[in-house]
Order: sequence, then structure tokens, then C-alpha cells
Amino acid sequence: MSKAILYDSTLCIGCKACEQACAARWGMAYNDKIAAEEQISAHKLTCIQTHGEHFSRRLCMNCVQPACASVCPVGAIQKTGLGPVVYDASKCIGCRYCMQACPFQVPTYEWGRRLPRMRKCDMCYERQSRGQLTACAEACPVGATRSGDRGELLAEARKRIADKPDQYYPAIYGLQEAGGTSVFYLSAVPFAQIGLPANVPREALPDYTWRVLEVIPGVASTGGVLLAGIWWIAHRRAEVAKAERERQ
Amino acid sequence: MRLPKMTLWRVIFAAILISGICATYLRVMYGLGGSTNLSDRFPWGLWIGFDVMCGVGLASGGFTLVAVVHIFNIERYKPILRPAILTAFLGYLFVVVGLMYDLGRPDRIWHPLVMWNPHSVMFEVAWCVMLYTTVLFLEFLPVVLERFGWSRPLEWIHKISVPLMILGILLSTLHQSSLGSLFLIVPAKLYPLWYTPILPLQFFISAVAVGLAMTIFESWHSSRAFGRALELPLVAGLAQILAVVLSVYLWLRFLDLSHRHVLALLTRNRVETWLFGLEIALMLAPAVLLYSARIRRRPGALYGCAVMVVFGFIANRLNVGTTGLEAGSGTHYIPKWSEIAVTLSIVAVGFAAFRAIASYFPVFEPVDGPVHKEGAEILEGSEVLSA
Repeated sequence: MSKAILYDSTLCIGCKACEQACAARWGMAYNDKIAAEEQISAHKLTCIQTHGEHFSRRLCMNCVQPACASVCPVGAIQKTGLGPVVYDASKCIGCRYCMQACPFQVPTYEWGRRLPRMRKCDMCYERQSRGQLTACAEACPVGATRSGDRGELLAEARKRIADKPDQYYPAIYGLQEAGGTSVFYLSAVPFAQIGLPANVPREALPDYTWRVLEVIPGVASTGGVLLAGIWWIAHRRAEVAKAERERQ
Repeated sequence: MRLPKMTLWRVIFAAILISGICATYLRVMYGLGGSTNLSDRFPWGLWIGFDVMCGVGLASGGFTLVAVVHIFNIERYKPILRPAILTAFLGYLFVVVGLMYDLGRPDRIWHPLVMWNPHSVMFEVAWCVMLYTTVLFLEFLPVVLERFGWSRPLEWIHKISVPLMILGILLSTLHQSSLGSLFLIVPAKLYPLWYTPILPLQFFISAVAVGLAMTIFESWHSSRAFGRALELPLVAGLAQILAVVLSVYLWLRFLDLSHRHVLALLTRNRVETWLFGLEIALMLAPAVLLYSARIRRRPGALYGCAVMVVFGFIANRLNVGTTGLEAGSGTHYIPKWSEIAVTLSIVAVGFAAFRAIASYFPVFEPVDGPVHKEGAEILEGSEVLSA
């Protein structure tokens, strides 16, 4: 079954245990200075944000049909059957199209390095393949971040809204965004107020491109025949004209 | 030994190259972070917006004229075909150079050859650039072979010339439009004056327009640089086609805006509105002017119109590739000096290379005149082609 993460902003206490666990899992440095940063970056793949009295968390949404994976010219990014969207740095040529295409502005780049890589959360692919929870979910002391089966987490999110309708904004972020993601958000206020992009299309983004790409074989073959035809007619006319001139 | 004469242009050229070398040092030693103002929020800048997107577009005179001369068999344009192919070939080479600067891992530029993702527009662009650069090389090769009088290889190339030309036109069509398709995946980021599902079509038509404009531009420059008379009737004919193409393009853009109900955005006092206005004005003015036969008879006016189209095209590509994405990405981007230095160096080297090649190889030799070399006859095109 496909895995997912459920983040409930109303439960989050902003302790940043998820940040620390994430850094440890990736072997990245983590100190007070990095903890104070409220943006994800190549050295901090998840972050807790403070929006007034609400907390929010940023991490890769691991979309069901990821734009990043569809645009990668060398297939360095893949959506796994397990749910995580994984990245193979050894293929990456550094075109940064994934960063441009991501509607959540998640992929980040090692700008300062001579041999840079893209960096993003991969929902702890190797931990989850072993049946473990994601590092962030395991570290969360209050259950604000949970990881598990996508269908079950979705049911859980719906149940929470139904049980306490006065505490929740009545929607699940990630259910329809970009055609559906593997990270769901619950919040007390509209999602734009906790810093989530509000204008993400409901449709899966790769479809926007595929509508054009799928007609290419037809256009190319028709075009080829058409050009050859025009060439033949144009030159035949010149030939005939020449022959007629010679006869006169 | 005498030092080369110091002229203003040579001093500027040298200054550009020196700044380009400094910028290259930054790029190599300190990576993209040290040499550009790119960020996680704004991953593509001038090197993509200008070097790649405009470089490919400005090279489109090559496929446009190949189609006119060889496919439609309008032979009178033959004298300006070779300079157009040379421009295209150099243009593509410099796109590749620009990419070597922009890619995070230029050492892996060959990866798309063996690692495939047919769902990616970038993958298609990569293959088209590789294949079309090869085609342009083969299309220009006869000029080199002629120079050295090698007739055997000339015959071989000639045998495959028609499929080669058709392939070249198809590849150009595909990837001029694909550069527009690149941005189909950012519907929420690209400002609505530019984001449209017909971006690929708009990119293709504007590429044809700028291909014609570039041909006029370089005919004018080479007539001055090499002391030849401008092929005025030819250039005026191209200008007439250009006026029609521009009109179609502008009409399509108007229909697109009105169909998507975004014309009201033009009343907003935003930087995007002004940049859009600039881009359209630079295309609209020559479209109107070039319908006048009086304008088309004056080399200076023709040149002015061509320059406007080129700048209108550059404005469009920069708007789609950079400025139109700023608001949607929630950030501002101004290129770093080193990004500009690299770009200017590439353009300057391009001009110099064109000049050097054109003075050494028979780029401008009258193809229709009496045949002076053995092999040249084979290149005489259509008669042999259809034999």
C-alpha cells in the first residue's frame, strides 16, 4: 500500500523534533542557527514555520503524479510504488527544471558547491521500505506528524474534521492539490494563512505537458510527409518548366 | 610585426572577453552560487532566458531559409542561405556553451543520450539540440569541403541532402515550440499575460519571424563588413513575408488573451504590464511599417525593423523565461554581473566567429554565378537534386 504523512497543525507545538530527526537521518548538521531558519533549503529538508499563533511544517509533498519527476530529462526523480518520490543524484545533470516545475517550491539546490545536487525530502524511502515510520513521525512527541498508509491517514484526517468541526478548517490540503499528494495537512485556519501555496492547480501538472507531447509523433510524421510532398511538387514544376523552355 | 589597430569595437570586444574570463573563473571555482543571483525560489535566470531561449530562436533563420530555398524551391533566395545556415550553426554551438555554464553538472551533459524520460520536454529539447546541431554541421559542411576542393565527400553529403533538410526543419519546428512547452508546467507561476496552453505555437511562429528578421539583420551587416551591395530585392521580399508572419503572430496573441479573458490585466499598473507592452510594441511597429513598400525599399528602415523584431523577440523570451515568473515565485531576480559578462562574451565571440568564418570560407560567394571549383557544381542544388 502507498505511504503518506499526515501533519496536523492544530496539534503541533513547534518543538522542531522533526527537524532534528530529519537532519540526523540525512547526516546533515543541525544547530541553533539552522533551527532558527524557517525555510527549507539544501541543508534543511523540513522546517517548522511560525505563522502568528499557528505552526506549519514544510517538506516535500511527494505528489501522486509529481511534476518534478515528469520534467526530469534524465529520469533522476521517480515516484516509487511505496509513495516516496526519490532522487538519484548520480543521474542528475543539474538543469533545475524540477525546481522550476514544482508548484510547492520544494526542491532546493546546493548552490555553493562545485559538484552540486538537488536536495529534497524523500519521505524516508529506505526506512519505509523496511517497514519503519518516517524519522519525523517517529520523533514527533505529540503525534502532529504521523506516517502510515495513505488511505488510513486520509480516513483519520476526515474523522478528525468530523469529530471536532469547530477546531478545523473544513478541508484537507493535499487531497486535490496538484492532483493529489502524499502529504496531508490539517489546520485551524485557511491553508494560505499557514504559508501553504493557495493557487496550486487541482489537476495533475504532468498532464499540462503531456497534452502537447503526445501529439508530437503525429505532427512530426505528418510534417515530414507534407514537406516531402511540397519539395516534390516544387521541383517537378521547375523541371516541367525547364523542359518546356527547351522544346520551344 | 605590427599590433592590430585599436578601434572602438576592438576595445569593447576585448573588455567583454576579459569580463567573461573573470566570470568563467567565478563559475568554475565558486559554482552557480558564486557566479549567479539564482536561488531556490528562482532557479533559472539569464543563461536560460537569454543564452538558451534566445540563442535557439535567433538561429531559426537557418531552418526558415532552408525551407524557402530547398523545399519551396524559391531559388532567388539562395545567395543568403549560407549565411543563415552559418548563423544557425554558430547559434546552436553557443547554446551548448551557454548550457555548459548553466548546468550544475556540465560534465554530465551527455546523460540524456543514455538516460531517457520521454515525458520530459527538456529531454525532447536536449535530443533536438543534439540532432539539429549535427544536421546544421552537415548542412554547412559543403562550404568547408568546397573551400578545400574535396568533391567526393561533397557527393556523399549531397545524396542525403533532401532527407537531411526535411529532418532539420522538423527538428527545428519541434524544439522551437518545445521551448514554449517547457513552461506549460508552471500555470500558477507564470504571469497570465504569458501563460497559455498555446505557448508552443506562439514560440514557433515568433521563431519563424525572428529567423526572417535575423536574416535581414545579418545581410545588412555583412554587406557593410564585406563591402558588398545589399541584396535589396531579396531582403525586401523577406521583409514582406515577415510582415505577414508578424501579423499572424500578433493576431494570435490577441485572440489568446481575449479567449482567456485576461485583457483586463492590461489596465493594471504593474511591471508585467509594461514589459508586455514593450514586447508587443516592438513586434507591432515593424509589422505595420513593413507593409509599406516605401519602407521596404530603404535598407536603413529595413534594418531598423529587423532590429525591432529581434529585440521584441528577446523581450518575449526573457519575459516568459524570467520576469514573468518573478511574481509567481515570490521573489526578485536581477542577474549578477558575471551572468551578464558570460552572455555578452558568448554573443561577442559569436559575431567574431561569423566574421572569421565568412571571410575564410565561401559563405558569400555567388552560388548562381559561373562555377569556379569542381565540387561547387554539385552544390548547385535543385537541378541536381531533382535529377
